[in-house]
Amino acid sequence: MKICVCVKQVPDPNLPSRVDPATRRLVRNPDQSILDPADEYGVETALRLVEAHGGEVVAITMGPPSAADALRRAMAMGVNRAIHVSDPALAGSDAPTTARVLAAAIRGEEPDLVVCATEATDAYSGMVPGALAEALDLPQLTFARSVEIDGTTVTVRRDVELGSQVIQTQLPALLTVTASIAEPRYPSFKGVMAAKRKPIDERTVASLGLEPSAVGEVGARERVLSVEEVRTEKQGKVVRDDGSGSSVDEIVAFLQRIQVV
Amino acid sequence: MATRRIWVWTELFEGQPHRLSLELLTAARELGSAESILLGPAGDDAIATLGTHGAAVVHHGADQAYADCLVEPQVATLATLIDRESPDLLIFPSTFTARDVLARLVGRLGLGVVSNAVGIDYDGEELRVTVPYGSDTQATITIAGPAPHAVQVRPKAYAAEAVGGQAEVRPVDVPVDANACRVKLLETTQQEALGPNLEEATVIVSGGRGLGRPENFALLDTLARQLGGAVGASRAVVDAGWVPYSYQVGQTGKTVKPNLYVACGISGAIQHLAGMKGSKFIVAINQDPDAPIFEVADLGVVGDVLTVVPELTKRLNG
Repeated sequence: MKICVCVKQVPDPNLPSRVDPATRRLVRNPDQSILDPADEYGVETALRLVEAHGGEVVAITMGPPSAADALRRAMAMGVNRAIHVSDPALAGSDAPTTARVLAAAIRGEEPDLVVCATEATDAYSGMVPGALAEALDLPQLTFARSVEIDGTTVTVRRDVELGSQVIQTQLPALLTVTASIAEPRYPSFKGVMAAKRKPIDERTVASLGLEPSAVGEVGARERVLSVEEVRTEKQGKVVRDDGSGSSVDEIVAFLQRIQVV
Repeated sequence: MATRRIWVWTELFEGQPHRLSLELLTAARELGSAESILLGPAGDDAIATLGTHGAAVVHHGADQAYADCLVEPQVATLATLIDRESPDLLIFPSTFTARDVLARLVGRLGLGVVSNAVGIDYDGEELRVTVPYGSDTQATITIAGPAPHAVQVRPKAYAAEAVGGQAEVRPVDVPVDANACRVKLLETTQQEALGPNLEEATVIVSGGRGLGRPENFALLDTLARQLGGAVGASRAVVDAGWVPYSYQVGQTGKTVKPNLYVACGISGAIQHLAGMKGSKFIVAINQDPDAPIFEVADLGVVGDVLTVVPELTKRLNG
């Protein structure tokens, strides 16, 4: 079985995110960027499926040269090899374009399964996996909490507003996973060392047979017109508790003032 | 110019229109003619509810296949309807199904799309969508190229309003292609009431990593009961398995706007703030004086949540 897992390098979500006023894009500092934690669940899922059924896992990313670090991390976890689509023309690509580019990189691999996170932790749009499934003409199983493969039948349990659902399709298919699916492994020292020698296939817009004018910022239909500060009129009072619960007077007074107690 | 046609992706929840679809009818009414797209079997009362919330038209496809198969039949029908009727704008709520359908439709038609919107407007002919963007900035985004444009809207950006009215029902006669039915729904089981009713609660007491251990979550149950509220959680502790997903407040969980939000041991990652910063009053208790949660708090307490919360509970009892 061959599994392609899509990953992305994102700004560390534990740090405040900033928008560059000139480009109106999120500031992406490579030194403060990591493999999206949401993608680690996809990598883990792919690795477990291959451990159970045999085969290989290929990680795919679209991103600047520094995004190779995210691929190395995935390979340190156990992914066999990687494809890195990197091209200055891709900067500022929107979700449909990203999906088309990933599809072009994945198509030749003819995977049995494509695994994605539910959404990236920087933009949270969640549009790429579904658009990718459409571009590859694959059925999509989304928001998986667990996954089982039996022959060519893939069955997913997921939690939605209506309750817990069991959904099923036939391979090849695209799967998106949630954080409930499996605890991602931490790369071992051996894994980190091995990852340095694993191959990364570097692709450009031209090598994928795409038109530069159809991708990146020029091809994007979404246009940021302006970025405004959101005034948080909060920044209220901050008190320090001395360790004995001394702040409780303040809290009770506040709750009384807003008439909760 | 002609009235804009605004299509609202409509889902049912327990036989009635989903609350988030009703919220979007308010947005659609403000922008033009509100039309519901409702695929799947539905009762007359559900359709009547759409009318009273401002839908001028309900495009209803009653085929059972929409209930038995996921995503692809809905996308195929939508694509056909869009081609035939040329709506100006498609708006989708932030539900699981809506996201699945929209993402695939975007892939099929190459639509321009904006997600996570908190406001939609037109400036003349130009669409203006407001989205949170960065920790303390928001962006105004437009979509270039031909209509229809698509926007997915965050919960509670608009309030559902029963304005009265009756919708004209137009049956959707697009045949469902059996080949599009590749993903089958085998089973749906109701969860144990899906956890706390965070959307309706006026007070929410929410916990994060700062509680140290899952057992300490019980402290929040007590405080929430005293304040007449529900218990929520940050993504970190949901991921860690302390409480079920139904407790999660944040960008990927629930968006809440209670009268009072008490954040206990939550640092306030952007992902969490996105789901709760619309709360009217926020009290934050956290050990770290630099935690971002204090930037949105009306009252911040720098201290150990395991000391402060029990002390507060004792005082409220006394």
